[in-house]
Amino acid sequence: MYDNRVSGYLYIAPFLIGLATFTLFPFLSSFLLSFSDYQLQDPVQQARFLGLGNYIQMASDDTFYGSLGVTFLYVFITVPLKLAFALFIAFVLNFKLRGIGFFRTAYYVPSILGGSVAIAVLWRYVFAGDGLINQVLVWAGGEPLNWLGEPAYALFTIVLLRLWQFGSAMVVFLAGLQNIPTDLYEAATIDGAGKARIFFTITLPLLTPVIFFNFIMQIVQAFQEFNGPYIITGGGPLKSTYLLPLMIYEEAFKYFNVGYAAALSWVLFLIIALFTIIAFASAKYWVFYGNEREDRE
Amino acid sequence: MSLMPTPRRDIAWIGRANALVRYGVLIGVGLIMLYPLFWMVAASFKPNHEIFGSVSLWPRDPTMDGVVKGWRTGTEYSFATYLLNSFAFIIPKVVLTVVSSVLVAYGFARFRMPGKQLWFALMVATILLPKSVLLIPQYLMFREFGWLDTYLPLYIPCAFATDGFFVFMVVQFLRGIPPDMEEAAVIDGCNSLQVLWHVVVPVIMPAIISVALFQFMWSLNDFLYPLIYLSSVGKYPVALALKMAIDVTEATAWNEVLAMSTIALLPSLIVFFLAQKYFVEGITSGSVKG
Repeated sequence: MYDNRVSGYLYIAPFLIGLATFTLFPFLSSFLLSFSDYQLQDPVQQARFLGLGNYIQMASDDTFYGSLGVTFLYVFITVPLKLAFALFIAFVLNFKLRGIGFFRTAYYVPSILGGSVAIAVLWRYVFAGDGLINQVLVWAGGEPLNWLGEPAYALFTIVLLRLWQFGSAMVVFLAGLQNIPTDLYEAATIDGAGKARIFFTITLPLLTPVIFFNFIMQIVQAFQEFNGPYIITGGGPLKSTYLLPLMIYEEAFKYFNVGYAAALSWVLFLIIALFTIIAFASAKYWVFYGNEREDRE
Repeated sequence: MSLMPTPRRDIAWIGRANALVRYGVLIGVGLIMLYPLFWMVAASFKPNHEIFGSVSLWPRDPTMDGVVKGWRTGTEYSFATYLLNSFAFIIPKVVLTVVSSVLVAYGFARFRMPGKQLWFALMVATILLPKSVLLIPQYLMFREFGWLDTYLPLYIPCAFATDGFFVFMVVQFLRGIPPDMEEAAVIDGCNSLQVLWHVVVPVIMPAIISVALFQFMWSLNDFLYPLIYLSSVGKYPVALALKMAIDVTEATAWNEVLAMSTIALLPSLIVFFLAQKYFVEGITSGSVKG
Protein backbone atom coordinates (compact mmCIF):
# COMPACT_ATOMS: atom_id res chain seq x y z
CA MET A 1 0.00 0.00 0.00
CA TYR A 2 2.67 2.51 1.02
CA ASP A 3 5.72 3.02 -1.18
CA ASN A 4 7.79 4.70 1.52
CA ARG A 5 10.66 2.27 2.02
CA VAL A 6 12.16 4.26 4.91
CA SER A 7 9.02 4.03 7.03
CA GLY A 8 8.63 0.42 5.99
CA TYR A 9 12.04 -0.41 7.34
CA LEU A 10 11.35 1.62 10.47
CA TYR A 11 8.32 -0.56 11.20
CA ILE A 12 10.19 -3.81 10.74
CA ALA A 13 13.32 -2.45 12.47
CA PRO A 14 12.51 -4.13 15.82
CA PHE A 15 12.34 -7.46 14.05
CA LEU A 16 15.62 -6.85 12.18
CA ILE A 17 17.42 -5.90 15.40
CA GLY A 18 15.96 -8.90 17.20
CA LEU A 19 16.81 -11.20 14.32
CA ALA A 20 20.45 -10.08 14.36
CA THR A 21 20.89 -10.00 18.15
CA PHE A 22 18.79 -12.82 19.51
CA THR A 23 18.67 -15.22 16.57
CA LEU A 24 21.43 -14.93 13.94
CA PHE A 25 24.24 -14.01 16.33
CA PRO A 26 23.50 -16.88 18.78
CA PHE A 27 22.90 -19.20 15.84
CA LEU A 28 26.36 -18.56 14.39
CA SER A 29 27.97 -18.44 17.84
CA SER A 30 26.74 -21.89 18.69
CA PHE A 31 28.22 -23.09 15.41
CA LEU A 32 31.60 -21.61 16.39
CA LEU A 33 31.31 -22.88 19.97
CA SER A 34 30.74 -26.38 18.62
CA PHE A 35 34.37 -26.38 17.46
CA SER A 36 35.70 -25.35 20.87
CA ASP A 37 36.40 -26.93 24.23
CA TYR A 38 34.58 -24.11 26.02
CA GLN A 39 33.49 -24.82 29.63
CA LEU A 40 30.57 -22.90 31.13
CA GLN A 41 32.39 -21.62 34.22
CA ASP A 42 35.27 -20.00 32.25
CA PRO A 43 35.27 -16.57 30.56
CA VAL A 44 34.41 -16.97 26.89
CA GLN A 45 37.88 -15.77 25.86
CA GLN A 46 39.42 -18.96 27.25
CA ALA A 47 37.71 -21.15 24.69
CA ARG A 48 40.22 -23.06 22.58
CA PHE A 49 39.72 -24.23 19.02
CA LEU A 50 39.28 -27.98 18.84
CA GLY A 51 38.62 -28.44 15.17
CA LEU A 52 36.20 -31.28 14.67
CA GLY A 53 37.02 -32.65 18.14
CA ASN A 54 33.48 -32.46 19.51
CA TYR A 55 32.02 -34.11 16.43
CA ILE A 56 34.66 -36.87 16.54
CA GLN A 57 33.85 -37.43 20.21
CA MET A 58 30.17 -37.61 19.31
CA ALA A 59 30.84 -40.27 16.70
CA SER A 60 32.05 -42.63 19.42
CA ASP A 61 29.64 -41.53 22.18
CA ASP A 62 27.19 -44.31 23.02
CA THR A 63 25.08 -41.90 25.08
CA PHE A 64 24.64 -39.76 21.97
CA TYR A 65 23.61 -42.73 19.80
CA GLY A 66 21.19 -43.86 22.47
CA SER A 67 19.73 -40.38 22.75
CA LEU A 68 19.46 -40.04 18.98
CA GLY A 69 17.69 -43.39 18.70
CA VAL A 70 15.23 -42.56 21.46
CA THR A 71 14.56 -39.15 19.90
CA PHE A 72 13.72 -40.66 16.51
CA LEU A 73 11.61 -43.35 18.14
CA TYR A 74 9.71 -40.71 20.09
CA VAL A 75 9.12 -38.45 17.07
CA PHE A 76 8.14 -41.28 14.73
CA ILE A 77 5.62 -42.64 17.19
CA THR A 78 4.20 -39.36 18.46
CA VAL A 79 3.73 -37.32 15.29
CA PRO A 80 1.84 -39.84 13.12
CA LEU A 81 -0.34 -41.02 16.01
CA LYS A 82 -1.17 -37.49 17.05
CA LEU A 83 -2.01 -36.36 13.51
CA ALA A 84 -4.11 -39.44 12.80
CA PHE A 85 -6.01 -39.12 16.05
CA ALA A 86 -6.53 -35.35 15.59
CA LEU A 87 -7.83 -35.96 12.06
CA PHE A 88 -10.13 -38.76 13.21
CA ILE A 89 -11.71 -36.69 15.97
CA ALA A 90 -12.01 -33.69 13.65
CA PHE A 91 -14.02 -35.95 11.31
CA VAL A 92 -16.29 -37.09 14.07
CA LEU A 93 -16.81 -33.48 15.13
CA ASN A 94 -17.40 -32.18 11.59
CA PHE A 95 -21.08 -32.95 11.59
CA LYS A 96 -24.18 -31.03 12.55
CA LEU A 97 -24.43 -32.23 16.13
CA ARG A 98 -25.71 -30.40 19.14
CA GLY A 99 -22.99 -29.58 21.66
CA ILE A 100 -20.12 -29.54 19.15
CA GLY A 101 -18.76 -26.38 20.73
CA PHE A 102 -18.63 -28.10 24.09
CA PHE A 103 -16.66 -31.07 22.77
CA ARG A 104 -14.30 -28.87 20.81
CA THR A 105 -13.54 -26.96 24.00
CA ALA A 106 -13.15 -30.10 26.09
CA TYR A 107 -10.63 -31.51 23.62
CA TYR A 108 -8.79 -28.26 23.24
CA VAL A 109 -8.21 -27.66 26.97
CA PRO A 110 -5.48 -30.32 27.33
CA SER A 111 -3.45 -28.88 24.47
CA ILE A 112 -3.43 -25.50 26.20
CA LEU A 113 -2.50 -26.93 29.60
CA GLY A 114 -0.35 -29.85 28.50
CA GLY A 115 2.89 -27.92 28.07
CA SER A 116 2.87 -26.84 31.70
CA VAL A 117 4.93 -28.24 34.52
CA ALA A 118 1.71 -28.80 36.47
CA ILE A 119 0.49 -31.35 33.93
CA ALA A 120 3.90 -33.03 33.73
CA VAL A 121 3.76 -33.35 37.51
CA LEU A 122 0.24 -34.76 37.29
CA TRP A 123 1.51 -37.27 34.71
CA ARG A 124 4.09 -38.57 37.18
CA TYR A 125 1.34 -39.33 39.63
CA VAL A 126 -1.00 -40.76 37.01
CA PHE A 127 1.69 -43.27 36.00
CA ALA A 128 3.31 -43.78 39.42
CA GLY A 129 3.40 -47.23 41.03
CA ASP A 130 0.18 -46.64 42.95
CA GLY A 131 -1.04 -43.89 40.63
CA LEU A 132 -4.29 -43.54 38.74
CA ILE A 133 -3.53 -45.82 35.78
CA ASN A 134 -2.40 -48.72 37.94
CA GLN A 135 -5.38 -48.25 40.25
CA VAL A 136 -7.67 -48.53 37.25
CA LEU A 137 -5.71 -51.57 35.97
CA VAL A 138 -6.05 -53.34 39.32
CA TRP A 139 -9.71 -52.36 39.62
CA ALA A 140 -10.31 -53.88 36.17
CA GLY A 141 -8.57 -57.06 37.31
CA GLY A 142 -5.22 -56.51 35.62
CA GLU A 143 -1.65 -56.38 36.87
CA PRO A 144 -0.12 -53.02 37.79
CA LEU A 145 2.79 -52.01 35.53
CA ASN A 146 5.97 -50.20 36.44
CA TRP A 147 5.34 -47.39 33.94
CA LEU A 148 8.10 -45.03 34.95
CA GLY A 149 10.62 -47.64 36.09
CA GLU A 150 10.57 -49.91 33.05
CA PRO A 151 12.59 -48.75 30.00
CA ALA A 152 10.02 -50.30 27.67
CA TYR A 153 7.15 -48.19 29.05
CA ALA A 154 8.70 -44.91 30.20
CA LEU A 155 8.87 -43.29 26.76
CA PHE A 156 5.28 -44.35 26.20
CA THR A 157 4.11 -42.13 29.10
CA ILE A 158 5.61 -39.06 27.38
CA VAL A 159 4.11 -40.11 24.04
CA LEU A 160 0.72 -40.35 25.74
CA LEU A 161 1.11 -36.90 27.28
CA ARG A 162 1.70 -35.36 23.87
CA LEU A 163 -1.10 -37.38 22.29
CA TRP A 164 -3.35 -36.03 25.02
CA GLN A 165 -2.60 -32.61 23.53
CA PHE A 166 -3.99 -33.44 20.10
CA GLY A 167 -6.53 -30.59 20.42
CA SER A 168 -4.65 -27.82 18.66
CA ALA A 169 -3.96 -30.01 15.62
CA MET A 170 -7.61 -31.08 15.71
CA VAL A 171 -8.88 -27.49 15.72
CA VAL A 172 -6.77 -26.77 12.64
CA PHE A 173 -8.08 -29.90 10.89
CA LEU A 174 -11.63 -29.00 11.80
CA ALA A 175 -11.24 -25.50 10.34
CA GLY A 176 -9.79 -27.10 7.20
CA LEU A 177 -12.71 -29.50 6.93
CA GLN A 178 -15.23 -26.70 7.33
CA ASN A 179 -13.49 -24.76 4.57
CA ILE A 180 -14.30 -27.46 2.01
CA PRO A 181 -17.27 -26.21 -0.03
CA THR A 182 -20.32 -28.42 0.47
CA ASP A 183 -21.29 -28.23 -3.20
CA LEU A 184 -18.28 -30.45 -3.97
CA TYR A 185 -19.77 -33.18 -1.78
CA GLU A 186 -23.20 -32.69 -3.29
CA ALA A 187 -21.85 -32.90 -6.82
CA ALA A 188 -19.91 -36.06 -5.96
CA THR A 189 -22.96 -37.68 -4.37
CA ILE A 190 -25.08 -36.89 -7.42
CA ASP A 191 -22.36 -38.43 -9.59
CA GLY A 192 -22.74 -41.57 -7.49
CA ALA A 193 -19.52 -41.50 -5.45
CA GLY A 194 -19.53 -43.55 -2.25
CA LYS A 195 -18.32 -42.36 1.14
CA ALA A 196 -14.82 -43.82 0.79
CA ARG A 197 -14.47 -42.43 -2.71
CA ILE A 198 -15.54 -38.96 -1.54
CA PHE A 199 -13.04 -39.12 1.31
CA PHE A 200 -10.08 -40.07 -0.88
CA THR A 201 -10.87 -37.90 -3.90
CA ILE A 202 -12.28 -34.76 -2.28
CA THR A 203 -11.73 -34.48 1.46
CA LEU A 204 -8.17 -35.73 1.71
CA PRO A 205 -6.74 -33.77 -1.26
CA LEU A 206 -8.40 -30.54 -0.11
CA LEU A 207 -7.09 -31.13 3.38
CA THR A 208 -3.45 -31.62 2.34
CA PRO A 209 -2.41 -27.97 2.99
CA VAL A 210 -3.66 -28.30 6.56
CA ILE A 211 -2.06 -31.71 6.97
CA PHE A 212 1.20 -30.23 5.71
CA PHE A 213 1.01 -27.33 8.18
CA ASN A 214 0.22 -29.62 11.12
CA PHE A 215 2.92 -32.09 10.10
CA ILE A 216 5.66 -29.44 10.01
CA MET A 217 4.59 -27.88 13.29
CA GLN A 218 4.36 -31.24 15.07
CA ILE A 219 7.71 -32.50 13.76
CA VAL A 220 9.51 -29.33 14.81
CA GLN A 221 7.84 -29.43 18.21
CA ALA A 222 8.41 -33.14 18.83
CA PHE A 223 12.14 -32.91 18.14
CA GLN A 224 12.35 -30.23 20.84
CA GLU A 225 10.56 -32.16 23.59
CA PHE A 226 12.16 -31.22 26.91
CA ASN A 227 9.63 -30.83 29.73
CA GLY A 228 8.32 -34.38 29.46
CA PRO A 229 11.60 -36.23 29.93
CA TYR A 230 13.01 -33.64 32.34
CA ILE A 231 10.07 -33.64 34.72
CA ILE A 232 8.27 -36.95 34.26
CA THR A 233 11.13 -39.42 33.87
CA GLY A 234 14.35 -37.46 34.36
CA GLY A 235 15.60 -39.09 31.16
CA GLY A 236 15.56 -42.54 32.70
CA PRO A 237 15.25 -45.34 33.42
CA LEU A 238 18.52 -46.44 31.77
CA LYS A 239 18.39 -43.37 29.48
CA SER A 240 15.29 -44.78 27.79
CA THR A 241 13.76 -41.28 27.64
CA TYR A 242 16.97 -39.31 27.29
CA LEU A 243 15.84 -37.19 24.34
CA LEU A 244 18.38 -34.97 22.57
CA PRO A 245 17.15 -31.63 23.98
CA LEU A 246 17.58 -33.05 27.48
CA MET A 247 21.07 -34.29 26.66
CA ILE A 248 21.99 -30.86 25.26
CA TYR A 249 20.70 -29.19 28.42
CA GLU A 250 22.58 -31.54 30.74
CA GLU A 251 25.84 -31.35 28.79
CA ALA A 252 25.73 -27.54 28.95
CA PHE A 253 24.23 -26.76 32.34
CA LYS A 254 25.00 -29.84 34.42
CA TYR A 255 28.40 -30.98 33.09
CA PHE A 256 29.35 -27.50 31.72
CA ASN A 257 30.63 -28.96 28.42
CA VAL A 258 29.33 -26.05 26.39
CA GLY A 259 31.38 -26.87 23.29
CA TYR A 260 30.05 -30.41 23.15
CA ALA A 261 26.51 -29.27 23.90
CA ALA A 262 26.72 -26.72 21.08
CA ALA A 263 27.84 -29.47 18.70
CA LEU A 264 24.87 -31.61 19.81
CA SER A 265 22.49 -28.69 19.32
CA TRP A 266 23.78 -28.24 15.77
CA VAL A 267 23.16 -31.90 15.04
CA LEU A 268 19.61 -31.49 16.32
CA PHE A 269 19.22 -28.37 14.19
CA LEU A 270 20.46 -30.18 11.08
CA ILE A 271 18.07 -33.06 11.68
CA ILE A 272 15.09 -30.73 12.02
CA ALA A 273 16.24 -28.68 9.01
CA LEU A 274 16.56 -31.84 6.94
CA PHE A 275 13.02 -32.94 7.79
CA THR A 276 11.62 -29.49 7.07
CA ILE A 277 13.44 -29.25 3.75
CA ILE A 278 12.25 -32.71 2.70
CA ALA A 279 8.71 -31.79 3.68
CA PHE A 280 8.75 -28.53 1.73
CA ALA A 281 10.46 -30.10 -1.27
CA SER A 282 7.96 -32.94 -1.38
CA ALA A 283 5.00 -30.58 -0.91
CA LYS A 284 4.58 -29.95 -4.62
CA TYR A 285 3.92 -33.66 -5.17
CA TRP A 286 1.25 -34.13 -2.55
CA VAL A 287 0.00 -30.80 -1.21
CA PHE A 288 -2.94 -29.58 -3.24
CA TYR A 289 -3.57 -25.85 -3.49
CA GLY A 290 -6.95 -25.41 -5.16
CA ASN A 291 -6.23 -22.28 -7.14
CA GLU A 292 -2.98 -20.36 -7.31
CA ARG A 293 -2.92 -17.55 -4.82
CA GLU A 294 -2.56 -14.07 -6.25
CA ASP A 295 -0.26 -12.49 -3.72
CA ARG A 296 2.46 -14.67 -2.33
CA GLU A 297 4.93 -12.51 -0.52
CA MET B 1 -26.01 -46.22 -5.69
CA SER B 2 -29.22 -47.99 -6.59
CA LEU B 3 -31.83 -46.31 -8.70
CA MET B 4 -34.51 -46.90 -6.09
CA PRO B 5 -34.66 -43.96 -3.71
CA THR B 6 -34.02 -44.90 -0.08
CA PRO B 7 -37.24 -44.68 1.95
CA ARG B 8 -37.32 -41.58 4.10
CA ARG B 9 -37.75 -43.57 7.33
CA ASP B 10 -34.45 -45.38 6.65
CA ILE B 11 -32.63 -42.09 6.09
CA ALA B 12 -33.82 -40.80 9.45
CA TRP B 13 -32.77 -44.05 11.10
CA ILE B 14 -29.30 -44.00 9.53
CA GLY B 15 -28.91 -40.37 10.54
CA ARG B 16 -29.79 -41.16 14.13
CA ALA B 17 -27.45 -44.18 14.31
CA ASN B 18 -24.69 -42.06 12.82
CA ALA B 19 -25.23 -39.32 15.41
CA LEU B 20 -25.33 -41.93 18.18
CA VAL B 21 -21.98 -43.41 17.14
CA ARG B 22 -20.45 -39.96 16.91
CA TYR B 23 -21.71 -38.96 20.35
CA GLY B 24 -20.50 -42.27 21.75
CA VAL B 25 -16.96 -41.70 20.43
CA LEU B 26 -16.92 -38.06 21.54
CA ILE B 27 -18.13 -38.75 25.07
CA GLY B 28 -15.85 -41.76 25.50
CA VAL B 29 -12.73 -39.95 24.33
CA GLY B 30 -13.70 -36.84 26.29
CA LEU B 31 -14.10 -38.76 29.53
CA ILE B 32 -10.76 -40.54 29.16
CA MET B 33 -9.07 -37.23 28.40
CA LEU B 34 -10.57 -35.18 31.14
CA TYR B 35 -10.50 -37.87 33.85
CA PRO B 36 -6.88 -37.18 34.90
CA LEU B 37 -7.78 -33.51 35.36
CA PHE B 38 -10.81 -34.33 37.49
CA TRP B 39 -8.72 -36.82 39.44
CA MET B 40 -6.13 -34.13 40.12
CA VAL B 41 -8.71 -31.65 41.38
CA ALA B 42 -10.37 -34.32 43.52
CA ALA B 43 -7.04 -35.49 44.94
CA SER B 44 -6.34 -31.94 46.12
CA PHE B 45 -9.20 -32.37 48.59
CA LYS B 46 -8.41 -35.90 49.71
CA PRO B 47 -6.21 -37.10 52.54
CA ASN B 48 -3.10 -38.82 51.18
CA HIS B 49 -4.03 -42.41 52.00
CA GLU B 50 -7.27 -42.02 50.12
CA ILE B 51 -5.55 -40.96 46.87
CA PHE B 52 -3.87 -44.38 46.57
CA GLY B 53 -6.82 -46.21 48.09
CA SER B 54 -9.67 -45.67 45.66
CA VAL B 55 -10.37 -44.84 42.02
CA SER B 56 -13.47 -42.89 43.04
CA LEU B 57 -13.40 -39.17 42.36
CA TRP B 58 -15.47 -37.98 45.26
CA PRO B 59 -13.41 -37.61 48.48
CA ARG B 60 -14.73 -39.76 51.35
CA ASP B 61 -13.12 -37.52 53.97
CA PRO B 62 -12.81 -34.15 52.23
CA THR B 63 -10.03 -32.03 53.66
CA MET B 64 -8.42 -28.70 52.86
CA ASP B 65 -5.14 -30.00 54.21
CA GLY B 66 -3.51 -30.48 50.81
CA VAL B 67 -4.59 -27.09 49.52
CA VAL B 68 -3.46 -25.24 52.65
CA LYS B 69 -0.09 -26.98 52.88
CA GLY B 70 0.37 -26.78 49.12
CA TRP B 71 -0.28 -23.04 49.20
CA ARG B 72 2.27 -22.64 51.99
CA THR B 73 4.71 -24.83 49.98
CA GLY B 74 7.66 -26.50 51.69
CA THR B 75 9.76 -23.36 51.18
CA GLU B 76 10.04 -20.03 52.95
CA TYR B 77 7.73 -18.47 50.34
CA SER B 78 4.04 -19.09 49.84
CA PHE B 79 2.54 -19.98 46.49
CA ALA B 80 1.40 -16.35 46.16
CA THR B 81 5.04 -15.29 45.75
CA TYR B 82 5.56 -17.73 42.91
CA LEU B 83 2.35 -16.63 41.19
CA LEU B 84 3.37 -12.97 41.46
CA ASN B 85 6.84 -13.85 40.16
CA SER B 86 5.28 -15.48 37.13
CA PHE B 87 3.24 -12.38 36.39
CA ALA B 88 6.25 -10.14 36.96
CA PHE B 89 7.75 -11.25 33.67
CA ILE B 90 4.68 -12.51 31.83
CA ILE B 91 2.92 -9.12 31.79
CA PRO B 92 5.86 -7.20 30.26
CA LYS B 93 6.37 -10.13 27.91
CA VAL B 94 2.78 -10.01 26.65
CA VAL B 95 2.77 -6.21 26.26
CA LEU B 96 6.11 -6.13 24.41
CA THR B 97 5.11 -9.02 22.18
CA VAL B 98 1.86 -7.35 21.16
CA VAL B 99 3.46 -3.97 20.44
CA SER B 100 6.41 -5.32 18.48
CA SER B 101 4.40 -7.91 16.56
CA VAL B 102 1.81 -5.35 15.45
CA LEU B 103 4.44 -2.81 14.32
CA VAL B 104 6.43 -5.39 12.39
CA ALA B 105 3.38 -7.06 10.89
CA TYR B 106 2.10 -3.66 9.75
CA GLY B 107 5.44 -3.00 8.06
CA PHE B 108 5.36 -6.36 6.31
CA ALA B 109 1.74 -6.24 5.26
CA ARG B 110 1.38 -2.63 4.12
CA PHE B 111 4.75 -1.38 2.84
CA ARG B 112 6.53 -2.01 -0.41
CA MET B 113 10.28 -2.15 0.18
CA PRO B 114 13.31 -3.88 -1.29
CA GLY B 115 14.37 -7.06 0.47
CA LYS B 116 10.97 -7.59 2.08
CA GLN B 117 10.59 -11.11 0.73
CA LEU B 118 13.93 -12.15 2.18
CA TRP B 119 13.15 -10.77 5.65
CA PHE B 120 9.71 -12.30 5.64
CA ALA B 121 11.13 -15.68 4.66
CA LEU B 122 13.72 -15.39 7.44
CA MET B 123 10.97 -14.59 9.92
CA VAL B 124 9.02 -17.69 8.93
CA ALA B 125 12.25 -19.72 9.14
CA THR B 126 12.80 -18.59 12.75
CA ILE B 127 9.46 -20.17 13.66
CA LEU B 128 10.91 -23.52 12.66
CA LEU B 129 14.35 -22.96 14.19
CA PRO B 130 14.83 -25.17 17.26
CA LYS B 131 15.33 -23.15 20.42
CA SER B 132 18.10 -25.36 21.74
CA VAL B 133 20.51 -24.22 19.03
CA LEU B 134 20.20 -20.65 20.36
CA LEU B 135 19.99 -21.51 24.03
CA ILE B 136 23.67 -21.65 24.98
CA PRO B 137 24.95 -18.50 23.19
CA GLN B 138 21.91 -16.57 24.43
CA TYR B 139 22.76 -17.67 27.95
CA LEU B 140 26.38 -16.55 27.53
CA MET B 141 25.26 -13.25 26.05
CA PHE B 142 22.87 -12.49 28.91
CA ARG B 143 25.58 -13.50 31.36
CA GLU B 144 27.86 -10.89 29.75
CA PHE B 145 25.05 -8.34 30.16
CA GLY B 146 24.85 -9.23 33.86
CA TRP B 147 21.23 -10.29 33.44
CA LEU B 148 21.44 -13.71 35.10
CA ASP B 149 18.96 -14.24 37.92
CA THR B 150 16.77 -11.40 36.62
CA TYR B 151 13.64 -11.52 34.50
CA LEU B 152 15.22 -9.45 31.72
CA PRO B 153 16.34 -12.41 29.53
CA LEU B 154 12.79 -13.72 29.71
CA TYR B 155 11.05 -10.68 28.25
CA ILE B 156 13.48 -8.19 26.65
CA PRO B 157 13.83 -10.28 23.44
CA CYS B 158 10.05 -10.00 23.00
CA ALA B 159 10.43 -6.26 22.40
CA PHE B 160 12.12 -7.24 19.12
CA ALA B 161 9.43 -9.50 17.67
CA THR B 162 11.52 -12.61 18.26
CA ASP B 163 8.42 -14.85 18.20
CA GLY B 164 7.91 -14.99 14.46
CA PHE B 165 4.74 -16.97 14.95
CA PHE B 166 2.92 -13.94 16.34
CA VAL B 167 4.11 -11.59 13.59
CA PHE B 168 2.98 -14.17 11.07
CA MET B 169 -0.42 -14.42 12.73
CA VAL B 170 -0.99 -10.64 12.56
CA VAL B 171 0.31 -10.43 8.97
CA GLN B 172 -2.12 -13.14 7.91
CA PHE B 173 -4.94 -11.27 9.59
CA LEU B 174 -3.96 -7.97 7.96
CA ARG B 175 -3.81 -9.57 4.52
CA GLY B 176 -7.42 -10.55 4.87
CA ILE B 177 -8.46 -6.91 5.39
CA PRO B 178 -8.84 -4.68 2.32
CA PRO B 179 -6.83 -1.46 2.84
CA ASP B 180 -9.68 0.82 1.65
CA MET B 181 -10.32 2.40 5.02
CA GLU B 182 -6.63 3.01 5.54
CA GLU B 183 -6.31 4.63 2.11
CA ALA B 184 -9.24 6.89 2.93
CA ALA B 185 -7.52 7.90 6.17
CA VAL B 186 -4.33 8.71 4.25
CA ILE B 187 -6.28 10.94 1.88
CA ASP B 188 -7.72 12.67 4.93
CA GLY B 189 -4.14 13.51 5.92
CA CYS B 190 -3.21 10.81 8.43
CA ASN B 191 0.37 9.55 8.49
CA SER B 192 1.03 5.83 8.60
CA LEU B 193 1.38 5.72 12.39
CA GLN B 194 -1.93 7.52 12.87
CA VAL B 195 -3.55 5.14 10.42
CA LEU B 196 -2.12 2.22 12.37
CA TRP B 197 -3.41 3.51 15.68
CA HIS B 198 -6.83 4.85 14.64
CA VAL B 199 -7.81 2.54 11.79
CA VAL B 200 -5.78 -0.67 11.81
CA VAL B 201 -5.55 -1.48 15.51
CA PRO B 202 -9.33 -1.41 16.11
CA VAL B 203 -9.87 -3.67 13.10
CA ILE B 204 -7.22 -6.23 14.03
CA MET B 205 -8.23 -6.33 17.71
CA PRO B 206 -9.22 -10.03 17.51
CA ALA B 207 -5.72 -10.89 16.25
CA ILE B 208 -4.14 -8.74 18.96
CA ILE B 209 -6.16 -10.50 21.64
CA SER B 210 -5.16 -13.89 20.21
CA VAL B 211 -1.48 -12.91 20.33
CA ALA B 212 -1.78 -11.71 23.92
CA LEU B 213 -3.63 -14.82 25.05
CA PHE B 214 -1.27 -17.28 23.41
CA GLN B 215 1.79 -15.49 24.72
CA PHE B 216 0.23 -15.44 28.19
CA MET B 217 -0.46 -19.18 28.16
CA TRP B 218 2.87 -20.17 26.67
CA SER B 219 4.81 -17.98 29.07
CA LEU B 220 2.95 -19.44 32.01
CA ASN B 221 3.97 -22.89 30.79
CA ASP B 222 7.52 -21.83 29.98
CA PHE B 223 9.98 -23.89 31.96
CA LEU B 224 13.37 -24.19 30.26
CA TYR B 225 14.19 -20.46 30.15
CA PRO B 226 13.35 -19.71 33.79
CA LEU B 227 15.23 -22.90 34.67
CA ILE B 228 18.51 -21.71 33.17
CA TYR B 229 18.23 -17.99 33.97
CA LEU B 230 16.84 -17.89 37.51
CA SER B 231 18.80 -19.22 40.44
CA SER B 232 17.31 -17.67 43.60
CA VAL B 233 14.21 -19.43 44.88
CA GLY B 234 12.63 -16.07 45.79
CA LYS B 235 12.43 -15.24 42.08
CA TYR B 236 11.06 -18.59 40.92
CA PRO B 237 7.89 -18.59 38.84
CA VAL B 238 5.19 -21.21 39.39
CA ALA B 239 6.72 -23.66 36.91
CA LEU B 240 10.02 -23.87 38.81
CA ALA B 241 8.30 -23.90 42.21
CA LEU B 242 6.31 -26.96 41.15
CA LYS B 243 9.38 -28.79 39.92
CA MET B 244 11.06 -27.99 43.23
CA ALA B 245 8.02 -29.25 45.13
CA ILE B 246 8.15 -32.69 43.52
CA ASP B 247 11.85 -32.97 44.21
CA VAL B 248 11.27 -32.24 47.90
CA THR B 249 7.89 -33.65 48.87
CA GLU B 250 7.39 -36.32 46.24
CA ALA B 251 7.17 -39.52 48.20
CA THR B 252 4.85 -38.35 50.94
CA ALA B 253 2.46 -35.54 50.18
CA TRP B 254 0.64 -36.23 46.94
CA ASN B 255 -2.34 -34.12 47.87
CA GLU B 256 -0.12 -31.07 48.45
CA VAL B 257 1.64 -31.34 45.11
CA LEU B 258 -1.56 -32.08 43.20
CA ALA B 259 -3.25 -29.14 44.93
CA MET B 260 -0.36 -26.92 43.86
CA SER B 261 -0.70 -28.20 40.30
CA THR B 262 -4.41 -27.47 40.36
CA ILE B 263 -3.80 -23.92 41.57
CA ALA B 264 -1.05 -23.48 38.98
CA LEU B 265 -3.47 -24.36 36.18
CA LEU B 266 -6.23 -22.01 37.35
CA PRO B 267 -4.96 -18.82 35.61
CA SER B 268 -4.74 -20.66 32.27
CA LEU B 269 -8.15 -22.24 32.70
CA ILE B 270 -9.83 -18.96 33.65
CA VAL B 271 -8.29 -17.08 30.74
CA PHE B 272 -9.12 -19.90 28.36
CA PHE B 273 -12.78 -20.07 29.29
CA LEU B 274 -13.19 -16.31 29.20
CA ALA B 275 -11.74 -16.05 25.72
CA GLN B 276 -11.83 -19.42 24.01
CA LYS B 277 -13.03 -18.17 20.64
CA TYR B 278 -9.83 -16.17 20.23
CA PHE B 279 -7.77 -19.30 20.73
CA VAL B 280 -9.60 -21.16 18.04
CA GLU B 281 -9.36 -18.19 15.66
CA GLY B 282 -5.71 -17.63 16.47
CA ILE B 283 -4.58 -21.21 15.98
CA THR B 284 -6.41 -21.54 12.67
CA SER B 285 -5.48 -18.17 11.17
CA GLY B 286 -1.91 -19.15 10.30
CA SER B 287 -2.82 -22.45 8.74
CA VAL B 288 -6.09 -22.20 6.89
CA LYS B 289 -6.37 -18.64 5.67
CA GLY B 290 -2.77 -18.69 4.45
